[in-house]
Amino acid sequence: MILAVAGSAVGLGNFLRFPGQVAQNGGGAFMIAYFISFLLIGLPICWAEWTMGRHGGQRGFNSSPGIFNVLWRSPAAKYVGIIGVIIPVVIYMYYVYIEAWCLGYAVNFALGHMDFSTIQESNAWWASFIGIEENGQAFKGLGISHVGIYLFFVFILNFVLIFRGISGGIEFFCKIAVPTLVVIAFIVLIRVMTLSTDVTAPEENVNNGLGFLWNPVKTFVVETDVATGNSTRREIVDKGFKQKYGALDGQTVDGVKYEVDKVGVIKQLQSPKLWLAAAGQIFFSLSVGFGVIITYSSYMRKDDDVVLSGLAATSANEFCEVALGGLITIPAAVAFIGVAGLAGAGLGTFDLGFKVLPLVFSEMPFGNAFGALWFFLLFLAAMTSSISMLQPGISFIEEVMKADRKRSCAILGIITALGCGFVVYFSAGIKALDTLDFWVGTFLIFILATIQIIIFGWAFGVDRGMNEAHEGAAIRIPGFYKFIMKYVSPLFLIVIFIFYILMNVLGISFSGGEAHLDYHVTDLIGGDGSSPNMAAWLSIGLVGILFAFFAILVSGVKRYQKVQQNWEERV
Amino acid sequence: MTAGGWLFMSVSVGGVCALFSWCMWKVMTTPGESEHMHGFSADEETPDKD
Repeated sequence: MILAVAGSAVGLGNFLRFPGQVAQNGGGAFMIAYFISFLLIGLPICWAEWTMGRHGGQRGFNSSPGIFNVLWRSPAAKYVGIIGVIIPVVIYMYYVYIEAWCLGYAVNFALGHMDFSTIQESNAWWASFIGIEENGQAFKGLGISHVGIYLFFVFILNFVLIFRGISGGIEFFCKIAVPTLVVIAFIVLIRVMTLSTDVTAPEENVNNGLGFLWNPVKTFVVETDVATGNSTRREIVDKGFKQKYGALDGQTVDGVKYEVDKVGVIKQLQSPKLWLAAAGQIFFSLSVGFGVIITYSSYMRKDDDVVLSGLAATSANEFCEVALGGLITIPAAVAFIGVAGLAGAGLGTFDLGFKVLPLVFSEMPFGNAFGALWFFLLFLAAMTSSISMLQPGISFIEEVMKADRKRSCAILGIITALGCGFVVYFSAGIKALDTLDFWVGTFLIFILATIQIIIFGWAFGVDRGMNEAHEGAAIRIPGFYKFIMKYVSPLFLIVIFIFYILMNVLGISFSGGEAHLDYHVTDLIGGDGSSPNMAAWLSIGLVGILFAFFAILVSGVKRYQKVQQNWEERV
Repeated sequence: MTAGGWLFMSVSVGGVCALFSWCMWKVMTTPGESEHMHGFSADEETPDKD
């Protein structure tokens, strides 16, 4: 039951994004910001979404526009609610593409086609598999080592499951998939933890991998070429390296000056980048601000438990993320390519997931079996999320077009197939995917989450909201959460969002250096020597067209207008 | 890994395991709770399905 509810939240973010974020942003120090974000924004928004969704559902509305319209006395409410449909529908368009990568990797590992000896080979296979070289390349290959057939299969599978409904489709699948992926994760975890150390490179071991991920105090060595002034800074984890570079600290050897820099927890926590990463991970991981939970909970009965349901789903997701995801990928990677090799390959989701780990599995004893298991795990995790992403769109079409499930599945199928086709066609540099992920999968999620918690705390009213949440609940939300949900969560989100704009959009660096507009912005307006990118513009155009289409549909719904009229009559 | 690393890992992993276990225990031991975890059972038709 708990695993079924957690299915929508357990996804690729738990196993690939989380470890990369922790390793890049302070290790143990990141976890402090992560848990604070969990308590101040993750849990409050989660409970708010569950409560608002059930409230809207009791009044006959199952989509974000309808639910917002019930909760917020404003003609704008239903239009703002469209964001809660746009986000899951658009994310689905590119998420299903990544899901197909996972299945493709699992099949190719199972067939023994993956044999890499360098990161370049692994990278080249990924590039060829997804068709990153030029637009339209992904459509050209139809073999087992091309993404096309997997994409077709997972797209159809998603819609078959969603057509069967929430209970018969989503929950049915999650009840099988989530326990299966947990079992697989344990098997892979045991394999990773029992990896032996290569005697020729003793620093490449699981212990150093865990240290790279979890050490709260980071040690860096800065090597400066005295002649040119060029310097490089890299993290060192191995005890032997720390002793070696500690002895060289401040000295110049063969024209290279060595300096060791230890960065403590307090100093790391002063970095806005760390907080931004921690808060972003909480959003992405818990699926808050996606528009999924609010739709899902709208089908609950009045006396169903939203407080324990929300907490149970959240805790299951955290278990998968921290206890499983946090112990597998980075230690496995460091055990084979070392900290320096991993840092060089990159710690982004795609770098770690589709370049580094395939190399690791292909070098590991029985690697084909473990690689196949691992990527099948990722495929299951992605599936549980993607089918949940379709439900808000289905509910929306059913509500605004008075369509039955068959018709709404067909309409959403056409919309997402076109969108997915667009993303896959513009595969050069995965530009469409990247643009949509930045502006919809990150930017809009911040906006929706902020709007949701403000509606809960201010428009709906925090006292009323808490009373509503406690109906049928086996546990009570602590009283101080009233203050948190009304003041702290919105303020925290707004501050984080401002920093997000300053750092990730305007490119301002708080550690010094010149500000450069982020490439997602220059892709649209040009600058820094580049002209606007057509694929990026078309991606934004796609979102705009979808928004306009949904807005036209929403504007004609008489039930929404009646709700607002009732508001006015009551006054 | 340093002692600090072990501490952060133990507290983080232990914390989420404890929270998850407590939630499971609460759901299992509260009478009727499993029926109130969501609005419909697998045997029922999905509410929005024709």
